[in-house]
Amino acid sequence: MGQLLKIVVFSLCVVCGFAGYTTFGLPLIIPEAPPVEEKLTGEITMDQYIALGKKIFEGKGTCTLCHNSLGRAPLLEQVAQVAPERLKDPRYKGKATTTEEYIHESMVEPSAYVVAGFGKKGTNDTVSPMPNISKGAIGLSDVEIGAVIAFLQDVGGTEVTVALPSGDAGAGSTEEEPAEIKVAENAKEAFSKFGCDTCHMHPLIEEGGDMGPDLGKVGATAGTRKEGYSAERFIRESIVNPNAVIAEGFDADTMPDDFATQMTVSELDMIINAILGNESS
Amino acid sequence: MLLTLKRAFRYRGAAAIVAILVAISPLFVYAALNFGSSSLYGMVSATPAYAEEAAQAEAPAQEEGQDGAVEAEDPNMWKPLPAPKLETKDYPIVAGINSRLAVWFAAQLHLFFAAFVLGVPIFVWVIEFIGVVTKDPRYDNMAHEFMKVSMTGFSLAASFGGLLSILLVVLYPGFMQYMVGVFGKVMVIYALMFFAESFFVYTYYYGWDKMAEGGLKKLHLFLGLGLNSSGMVLMVLSNSWASFMMAPSGIDDAGVFLGDSWAAIAGHLWNPLNLHRFIANIAYGGSLTAAYAAFKFLTTDSKEDRAHYDWMGYTSFVIAMVGLLPLPFAGYWLTKEVYDYSQQMGITLMGGVFAWLFILQAVLIGAIFLSANYYLWCSLGRAEASKRFYYMIQPLGVVIVIAFLMWFTPHTLIMTSKELTQIGDAHHPLLGYFGVMAAKNTAVNTLILSTFLSFQLFRRANIRPTGDGFWAQYGTTIQVALYIAAETNIISLGIWSYFIPANVRIGLSVPQVSSTAVVLILSTIIDTLIFKKSADIGEFKWGHMPIRSQYTLFMLAVSFTWLMGLMGYCRSAIRQHWHVYTVLRDNSVNAFTPTLPFAAWMVTAIVLVFMALVFFMFWMPILAAKKKEAKKSKVAGGDLHGVIGATAGE
Repeated sequence: MGQLLKIVVFSLCVVCGFAGYTTFGLPLIIPEAPPVEEKLTGEITMDQYIALGKKIFEGKGTCTLCHNSLGRAPLLEQVAQVAPERLKDPRYKGKATTTEEYIHESMVEPSAYVVAGFGKKGTNDTVSPMPNISKGAIGLSDVEIGAVIAFLQDVGGTEVTVALPSGDAGAGSTEEEPAEIKVAENAKEAFSKFGCDTCHMHPLIEEGGDMGPDLGKVGATAGTRKEGYSAERFIRESIVNPNAVIAEGFDADTMPDDFATQMTVSELDMIINAILGNESS
Repeated sequence: MLLTLKRAFRYRGAAAIVAILVAISPLFVYAALNFGSSSLYGMVSATPAYAEEAAQAEAPAQEEGQDGAVEAEDPNMWKPLPAPKLETKDYPIVAGINSRLAVWFAAQLHLFFAAFVLGVPIFVWVIEFIGVVTKDPRYDNMAHEFMKVSMTGFSLAASFGGLLSILLVVLYPGFMQYMVGVFGKVMVIYALMFFAESFFVYTYYYGWDKMAEGGLKKLHLFLGLGLNSSGMVLMVLSNSWASFMMAPSGIDDAGVFLGDSWAAIAGHLWNPLNLHRFIANIAYGGSLTAAYAAFKFLTTDSKEDRAHYDWMGYTSFVIAMVGLLPLPFAGYWLTKEVYDYSQQMGITLMGGVFAWLFILQAVLIGAIFLSANYYLWCSLGRAEASKRFYYMIQPLGVVIVIAFLMWFTPHTLIMTSKELTQIGDAHHPLLGYFGVMAAKNTAVNTLILSTFLSFQLFRRANIRPTGDGFWAQYGTTIQVALYIAAETNIISLGIWSYFIPANVRIGLSVPQVSSTAVVLILSTIIDTLIFKKSADIGEFKWGHMPIRSQYTLFMLAVSFTWLMGLMGYCRSAIRQHWHVYTVLRDNSVNAFTPTLPFAAWMVTAIVLVFMALVFFMFWMPILAAKKKEAKKSKVAGGDLHGVIGATAGE
């Protein structure tokens, strides 16, 4: 009986040790909830549509799983710029005639043009490993695909030619809850929405990081940082063009430089006011 | 003479019947798969409203015949349906039970027992066969005892299988409706195969003593073959459902079954899964029977029993290791095929939400390897002459620990933002190098080679070659050269892969694995040649093992079980919010991907229940043996009383 008890206790310790290590020794990653189809309600601006495209590009579309710096698939930042050249490439097998059509085609018929070195093994770059993103596990709707094209055109620095969807477009299946592009109602929400808390601290941020300057202290000195700039103007520039002035002890190219296209005017104002100390909640 | 002929006919006739049964079983499967669909599909003709709507929307109204004429369709005939679009209301909630967890619980327990009872008969048959060839009754006794331990497992596997089926039908009717539409015929064959397996398992086990000699023994071996064949068919059929859910085949884009059951079975991941589970079952069966032997070793006072169970534990351990060593390669093939099927699924598996799970897997497999080596080093203590190898234990231990640490070093470290600022990167300047696959492939191959070396040391602990041929003289030198060449190749390729592009780097794992495989195969062959003629150096004492060595056998069994549960979660969860990937979406309230800690504690709870049942399984044959002994002594006592009584009467 004594041995049996020892064996049971030993086995218990082993399994609980494994579970404990999983709980306390590994970082907690909370998997995303199942994706819902983006549904647009009411009017939408092109900036919002592009922001939606970015969200889908990094989220539901799972594009960044492969199109990243690890070299699994070609980077897409310049795809809008190189599209005209690819359309002229003798290897191109599709029917697109414009950049917008090319990007659309590469999403729903990826083998129409395979970037050299990224084809399926043994196909001599004639077959793409990428799935048709309008079907299967990803299953983007036309509106969602349009948003991604708009984002890629914008990030590539070319003209955004995608037409804005009409009021209730993109509904797809009506049974799913609409996911609106929610505008932050106060500075606290805005800090959270744009991920400022990852690198910055501020009284409105519960647990901030210290990779960037403490935003609670920036307001006091902002007016003196750049000649001819008021505190408000300096902070506005620091948000929309973060590399303009780099605070001492911090690195350039760390902060995202696309907040100008992501934030609404009211959100930008709320953040600036909070940094200036004009908003307390 | 007539009697002998009669007996010969009796067992030969029985052998012929079994032979015919086994031989025709593939034909039966083939015929059943190609049987007209309507009769079996008729069994599943109850169609819910959503399916009817979908069928009206999707199914073509008419079909053209061969002559071009349009054939009228019988509206009462069952037709394959597209995958339904299920809604939350299509998932019944019964008595407040969390459907997801209930199915998880039943499925995992079923799989634990099923893996055990599928794995054990494979090596039982091999051991019995060795016993017949070597005419050594110890092998036969051990094989019989292994079988005895697994008998309760058959009932438990079937019970949890039944519970799982009922839970699926009750809690996930829409999903099961669709699966039955695709696999209806296969499911019927699966159920029928249970009869074949039951026939073989009972005749094999209960006929052991009756069919102990001569031609009857051959018949018994034949029954064992039938048991393993029917078990294998059961495994591959049920695997086809799991692989279909991950990588569906035999259906169109809308999920409509195209009518070819074989196409639905033989999906992209079916064979990799079959191979992986086949090998894992052997390893798992070995680890559990090793735990049984350790349990008996620790609870007996008899020297003879201790020696017997030490030998049994060692044999089980070797079986577990034989399964474990090729398992990473089978896993590699499965993962590669996952990538080939869907790059998105592959990256979700290895680079997404589940990336940390593989660090955990490395810890578990590392723990298994460490335990295995420790057991082998303890095993050297059985032979006096093994002292000449003791000097190698420490360096081997250092190599194994370093390889283990490298293997579970994560690519991205867990850091606070302050630490991140101080280091200046998400990757540690030194440890970051160990987080990539280049280092991990090097580490795992080194671990395997080191473990195999420990095994080879034990194998020659008590013997020396006595021949004077080439292999006896130079064999060991060639083996040492093989080890050095392979390890040099593995490390060199590992270092080189830091300097080449990712797509080329992936390919280098193949020559690394090949180096290991070459050592494993060639060194085993050379060992056989070296020790063709050998002599014992000193005394070899079975049972001469420290108590702690037996705990490593428990460590192995528990770690294997927990690892199986964890990887089961991983394989299932990479489908994310899909019942059938890309075809049938899970829209239940429980359609979430559990976090790793949640899964870990769930697996822990299941493993604890399983362990309790395993102790019950171990206890059953002990109880039976005790009853038998009690009966014997009673009979002996009765006889004695009879003798005394008779004497007194005189």
